[in-house]
Amino acid sequence: MAAIRNLLTLARKELAGLLRDRFMLFFVLYAFTGMIYLQATGISHELRNASIAIVDEDQSPLALRFRSAFRAPDFQAPALIGKGEVDRAMADARYTFVLDVPPDFQADLLAGRGAELQILVDATAMMQAGIGAAQIQSVLSDEVTRFLARDKTTIVPDAVSAQLRFAFNQTLETTRFTGLMAILFNVTMLSVLLTGAAVIREREHGTLEHLLVMPVRPLEIMGAKVLANGLVVLGMTALSLALIIRWALGIHLAGSLPLFMAGTAVYLFFTTALGIFLATVARSMPQLGLLFILIVLPLNLLSGGNTPLESMPIWLQRIMQFSPATQFVAFAQAILYRGADITLVWRHFAAVAGMGALFFCLSLWRFRRHLAAAR
Amino acid sequence: MTPPPAIRATGISHQYGRIPALDAVTLAVPPGGTLALIGPDGVGKSTLLGLIAGAKRLQRGGLEVLGGDMARGRDRRRLQPRVAFMPQGLGRNLYPDLSVRENLEFFGKLFGQGPGERRQRIDRLLAATGLAPFPDRPAGKLSGGMRQKLGLCCALIHDPDLLILDEPTTGVDPLSRRQFWDLIDGIRAERPGMTLLVATSYMDEAQRFDRAVMMDGGRILADGTPVELMSRTGTATLEAAFVALLPPDRRGPDEAAATTTLPAGRPIAIEARELTCRFGDFVAVDRVSFAIPKGEIFGFLGSNGCGKTTTMKMLTGLLPASAGTPLLFGQPVDPGDLATRRRVGYMAQSFSLYGDLSVAQNLDLHATLFGLTGGAAQARIAEVVADFGLAPYLTALADSLPLGVRQRLSLAVSVLHKPEVLILDEPTSGVDPVARDAFWRQLTILSRDQGVTIFVSTHYMNEAARCDRVAFMQAGRVLAVGAPDDLRQAKDATSLDDAFVAYMRESAPDEAPAPGPAAASPTPNALADAGAFSLRRLSAYALREGLELRRDPVRLTVALLGTLMLMLVFGFGINFDVENLRYTVLDRDHSPLSRTVVEAFSSSRYFQGTPPAADAAQALKRLQANDVALVVDIPPDFGRDVKKGTPAEIAVRIDGAMPFRAETIQGYVAGLFVRLQQDLATEAGVDEAPGLNLIPRFRYNQAFRSADAMVPCVIGLLLVFIPSILTALGVVREKELGSITNLYVTPVSRLEFLLGKQLPYIAIAFFNYAIMVMMALVIFHVPLKGSLLGLSLGALAYVMATTALGLLVSCFVSTQTAAVFGTAIVTMLPAIQFSGMMQPVSTLSGMPHLLGAIFPTTYFVKTVVGAFTKGLSLAELTPFILSLFAFFPALVLAATVLLRKQEA
Repeated sequence: MAAIRNLLTLARKELAGLLRDRFMLFFVLYAFTGMIYLQATGISHELRNASIAIVDEDQSPLALRFRSAFRAPDFQAPALIGKGEVDRAMADARYTFVLDVPPDFQADLLAGRGAELQILVDATAMMQAGIGAAQIQSVLSDEVTRFLARDKTTIVPDAVSAQLRFAFNQTLETTRFTGLMAILFNVTMLSVLLTGAAVIREREHGTLEHLLVMPVRPLEIMGAKVLANGLVVLGMTALSLALIIRWALGIHLAGSLPLFMAGTAVYLFFTTALGIFLATVARSMPQLGLLFILIVLPLNLLSGGNTPLESMPIWLQRIMQFSPATQFVAFAQAILYRGADITLVWRHFAAVAGMGALFFCLSLWRFRRHLAAAR
Repeated sequence: MTPPPAIRATGISHQYGRIPALDAVTLAVPPGGTLALIGPDGVGKSTLLGLIAGAKRLQRGGLEVLGGDMARGRDRRRLQPRVAFMPQGLGRNLYPDLSVRENLEFFGKLFGQGPGERRQRIDRLLAATGLAPFPDRPAGKLSGGMRQKLGLCCALIHDPDLLILDEPTTGVDPLSRRQFWDLIDGIRAERPGMTLLVATSYMDEAQRFDRAVMMDGGRILADGTPVELMSRTGTATLEAAFVALLPPDRRGPDEAAATTTLPAGRPIAIEARELTCRFGDFVAVDRVSFAIPKGEIFGFLGSNGCGKTTTMKMLTGLLPASAGTPLLFGQPVDPGDLATRRRVGYMAQSFSLYGDLSVAQNLDLHATLFGLTGGAAQARIAEVVADFGLAPYLTALADSLPLGVRQRLSLAVSVLHKPEVLILDEPTSGVDPVARDAFWRQLTILSRDQGVTIFVSTHYMNEAARCDRVAFMQAGRVLAVGAPDDLRQAKDATSLDDAFVAYMRESAPDEAPAPGPAAASPTPNALADAGAFSLRRLSAYALREGLELRRDPVRLTVALLGTLMLMLVFGFGINFDVENLRYTVLDRDHSPLSRTVVEAFSSSRYFQGTPPAADAAQALKRLQANDVALVVDIPPDFGRDVKKGTPAEIAVRIDGAMPFRAETIQGYVAGLFVRLQQDLATEAGVDEAPGLNLIPRFRYNQAFRSADAMVPCVIGLLLVFIPSILTALGVVREKELGSITNLYVTPVSRLEFLLGKQLPYIAIAFFNYAIMVMMALVIFHVPLKGSLLGLSLGALAYVMATTALGLLVSCFVSTQTAAVFGTAIVTMLPAIQFSGMMQPVSTLSGMPHLLGAIFPTTYFVKTVVGAFTKGLSLAELTPFILSLFAFFPALVLAATVLLRKQEA
């Protein structure tokens, strides 16, 4: 009973302290509002504004049609360059794509001699090259088909064709993806940082030692930090989902929000424990900062929320399955993007809870030892 | 004619934000004069000395030092070789990781001394101060007294005409204090022309000086010879004179607190039996034994670092004893025993309450934690608020309270639960005499009226005299225990201070300093060397930074291993190859044609088959659970319809949750069907007329491997991220630890300082570059197709730019924490988003484009991708390399302009 009262008293103190820390408060608020908005609207995984140049050695009406075939927002207006400029321009990354229309292209095509169009793709622009090349091919073949159709009337339909549809996100909107993933990253980063900083601050100000001469147990001190900072981040997540994702960006979320929040709460148990663990390893705030970069950045980056998990080497994928951050991203994507219910995500929840409990015990053990060695 | 004064201050005022520190101070000191500034903490002593030394910027009033105007930068620069300043705090301007000799070497170089001259001067100073036996000991491992002697050596290395010492003996044991002042006397005898300015909070030390200036609230309270001041007030000590000179309402009650003697035969409340504490090899507390009866005030006297705090922590259970037994109420201390904790109150050395909570909140919190609730808690809180006069401050934040009130609050909190034992660690350090007196009155009341046992440590001798018994502690050992008067009489000493010194001499008679001439320069001081730019000073900073970095395990690990680890993580993690895509087929047709389609998927290298789905609902579930990324749904009668020529379509549902992945899958599926089409046509013998042939050529990276493009970019990212953070930390560390003062008060210029600090980080970053190139080649198998020389030149220019960026950030932040996060934020966004790493720069417009254009990573990405993947030659890389080299002078210049050579 006294333990619970102590826990709640300390948690309240933690929250009062955080509320007074204007800078931290502003930072947390910004991270869950402005930053999410910027990231959701800033990074586009689609083809946008791609730079393309045309080397027109044909100067035929068909070649002229190509110039106007590439339109915004996918493409910039094509630039016309000479054949000799191609190498330098591509070396400078001035254009990602260069279309080469050879001499007599239109004449050859109409005469049925077969005509060749070359598309040079800067394959070092990973995010655009593949998607862009496919799109350019379809733009060009449409253009050629329409040009030829002036003469012929019949177009033979394909024998086997596929109808491609995107499940869960018909228009392939990227804001939903980047916006929600930005929230997940912030959940990890801020909960670790807030909790770690809270421990270091208490130690630097000598208040931790002060607590230890009172009838308070390490478990209560640690529990209060987990509780208070977890609550703050959970509240901020809800705020961000309501205010930024739903209201400002008008994004529809597929699944159950309470289910997602419940999962996040379980996950926060792990991240706050991690924050305390790091604070027991670091001797000062700057050291915590460096450790944070070395630990949390990889956790986020390799969680599958940034690039697909399948593209990592298989051994790394296996290792990352043990990271609660990976499980968090997996169930968040399942719930929020694909509308999964508890029957589909309970395994992830259980994994996060298990690893969270393990880490909490490990952190508690470190924290106790750390307190014992406190000088 | 009298010579012009060495220092002439007329009406100088100084403020920190809106808080005034000095208020129209006017003061003149003749050449060769000595003057002591006395007063408690926070009265403006340090501000005044900082202004005279040129470390602080003059805000208002006139100040001439050695004939130069301190408001003028050129005069300050000319003066700096003649002035020496030792700031407050034990060894605050020293470098703790550097040895004694390395510290002295560093200062010698700053003053332009050659190797021979340096050696001569250093040997002489070490001999004079008795530090000669420990030239290789790190400054951080010296005792307080030795550290201060080293500080003095560093100050004297250039034979200054004006020596300024800010509280040089605070926290130092009485014997070392005496030795320190004897050393100063010796130097003054040798160099009578040297002007000496000292601040001290041990007011009685000022009796050694020609003149004492008492300060209070930013003003001069009194000015005169010590004898004059005491006779003017009719007091016996300078401290009493100080109190007498305060305005009447600030003086506090006059009558001395009567201390009654305690009856004998009381039970023992606190006991230490052969208590020992070791940290590694270092013995902090060595077989300490004493017993404190109930109700006694027991004083613990000793210097900083002598083991007082450690002993107290062992008695509270905060620290386990390495050997021996700490006992409370006759029971061995058990850290897990919460019941004992309720009987003890503890007040740590530094203020350790929650500064961001109000006084009332702090009291409430502690009441609850001690199990007081409801009415009982409120009643007890009201009681201590009345006892300690906290009523006017209840809603104020603890951090905003004056030092004296804060100490009262700390004491109030530690007695809130009515403990039987109070353990107070230096509770009055830095507090003014009046508040100190009030504090001791309260201790007396607690002891005599309430029977509380009080164990208190202090380094003020006059406080020790108010204890029932005291223990002298030195280097982890208790030298003597007894009533103050008994101890004094035992050594035939006139004061407790003398008694302590006598005990110390007795315990370690060999510690007397070897006297020797300290000053008397063998060679004339090289004043002329304070030129505009000195490579010697620059290299002094560079060598020192390199040494410190080598001795700091955390920063070194991050600098070397951090990059490698992140390279692995980023190299594997930032990957846009979409492969191993799991799919399932829902084949409702089972015709030869449908099997051909299924085969087309299973033979593709992008896709990975899973068991077929039973029905549409199950397929959807698997899509939802991310078990598969796409579902291929072949309708019934598909094969028959195609044969008949009826249009028939296969439905492919792709998981659209991750748009980039979905679009790529779309491309794969479309390509797969085009090929299927052609195969079927060839099979059927239909030969289409040659039409359009579209050939996409993936230049530079035929296999379209993500690693070939991304790994070089990761090198660019890591070379901006970690080097800039480390460089910024290197500069800001000096600000936070205080050694930045050496920039303010020595002839080193801003450019020398910045470049010197930057050089080691350029070296480390370039080393990291070399390792990362090897990792790219060996681990990630990215071929280097272009010019290695061009790439390396570009990398050198780039790390020069990125470390300079760290220097620039360091001008805007004042804490190491802000340096880490500020630099991370400033570098991450433009490096990842606007430099062409993710999206080609040519697709950006507006602000992002502009940010990308002024950020060095943009040009390095072109260089590194160009050299690795595009196979560019040195000539082709040259434009990028030249752009990169342009950043370095621009950034360093900006940092030089923004860095202050004085603090506010």
